[in-house]
Amino acid sequence: MIEFIYFGLEALIIILLALFIALLFNGIERKLIARMQARIGPPITQPFIDVKKLFIKENIVPDNAIPWIFNAMPLIALASSLLVLLYIPFGGMPALLQNYGDLILVVYIMLIPSLALAIGAFASGSPYASIGAQREIVIMISYEFVLSVIVIAVAWLFSLAFPQANAFSFATINEHAIWSVAGPVGIAGLLLLFISSLAVMPAKIGKLPIDIAEAKTEIADGVLVEYSGRNLALLHMAQATRMFAFASLIVALFLPWNLSNIFSLSGTLALIGDFAFFLAKVFVIMFVSGIFVSAASARLKIDQAAKCYISFIFLLSLIGLMLIGLDIML
Amino acid sequence: MGLDALKKSLWVFHLNTGSCNGCDIEIIAALTPRYDVERFGIKLVGTPRHADVLLITGPVTRKMKKRLLRVYEQVPEPKVVVVVGNCGSTGGVFYESYNLVGPVDKLIPVDVYVPGCPPRPEAIIAGIAKAWEKLERMREKNER
Ligand code: SF4
Repeated sequence: MIEFIYFGLEALIIILLALFIALLFNGIERKLIARMQARIGPPITQPFIDVKKLFIKENIVPDNAIPWIFNAMPLIALASSLLVLLYIPFGGMPALLQNYGDLILVVYIMLIPSLALAIGAFASGSPYASIGAQREIVIMISYEFVLSVIVIAVAWLFSLAFPQANAFSFATINEHAIWSVAGPVGIAGLLLLFISSLAVMPAKIGKLPIDIAEAKTEIADGVLVEYSGRNLALLHMAQATRMFAFASLIVALFLPWNLSNIFSLSGTLALIGDFAFFLAKVFVIMFVSGIFVSAASARLKIDQAAKCYISFIFLLSLIGLMLIGLDIML
Repeated sequence: MGLDALKKSLWVFHLNTGSCNGCDIEIIAALTPRYDVERFGIKLVGTPRHADVLLITGPVTRKMKKRLLRVYEQVPEPKVVVVVGNCGSTGGVFYESYNLVGPVDKLIPVDVYVPGCPPRPEAIIAGIAKAWEKLERMREKNER
């Protein structure tokens, strides 16, 4: 019983912390984008103010919506994007649920927010929302290939290097840097996989140039069109957390190094140092793949985006997988 | 009440009820790096459901009447209505045209008028700042 309470408390702390950091990063992102466009930009705390405001606004459920689906989906989107963070190791700390799930589960859970968004949009009964939802699903189908190739490659490498360990588990992934188990050709392959995972980022979080599902000027915020008040606040938090979670996943897979190993720290100092370093890595990933790209580009059309993912980036990741296979055979 | 948060994050939905597009361009100008309203947390949103401020331009043509009322109802409470431009406030250059049912305040309650044909972006920003004052008064009433 005590253990159970302790466990719950720990989960609560991680969730609150993650939510805080995700919104903070969102604020920094808006500021940076403004600066890149030679504007002053909103204060870094702007996302907190926005969310607080949305909670005091009226929550409208449209007449031709299906209320329980419409209201449940924002909650599910937020809960599932927060849940991912309980599986991913933050820096040196092992993840809270690392014995209860693995890489495959995490990739599946990461799908739920997009699905929930699409289902909620379909349930809202607005034509704009259903166009947005269809686009969201098309995009989801096209980038999912790339993610599965990455999962296969990572598991393949680990299963050969450590036959006794569970190759999909985050414990294995966290202990050994993936770059150390591959030869030179394999490293080239991993590099390609890393690049393709970065390329999935904008689609996963619905940012420019792949913000087709919620194109503001085109289909009036698409999937979000009928959401207001509390539901919209939940969805905003879910979007911010989703970005943070996906960036953490990339960091956990491809950049698992810690400060404490390099500077041989120990105790709390190591914990704090690793955590700060982890956040820095996540932010760099977010900057490179999300913020910078979205500030510098215009929106793609849905067919362009789908084609780009299915042909080009999928090909890139397949070449990466082949190189890894070559490396294993050599 | 948390109306404080509303002050620092006003989301604006812009509705054109038949304007000549002069005012609309001035509204867009307020978003450009020179004026940058986002530093006050003001953001142009794509749907009335997300809005706190309904920014209306144009003298309300017969066809737009139904849509104007509909959009007004779609904005969740608490909300503020700001009319930008002479033609929305009084009819302006279109005064007494056969195809108008406006000005806007004949149809829905208006809180702030921004005169000018078209007004400068500074005036529009000042108008939205006036909307804050209305919310401030609303808060005081709530506290009492
Ligand atoms: S006020 Fe003047 S500039 Fe503005 S929409 Fe009306 S006619 Fe055009």
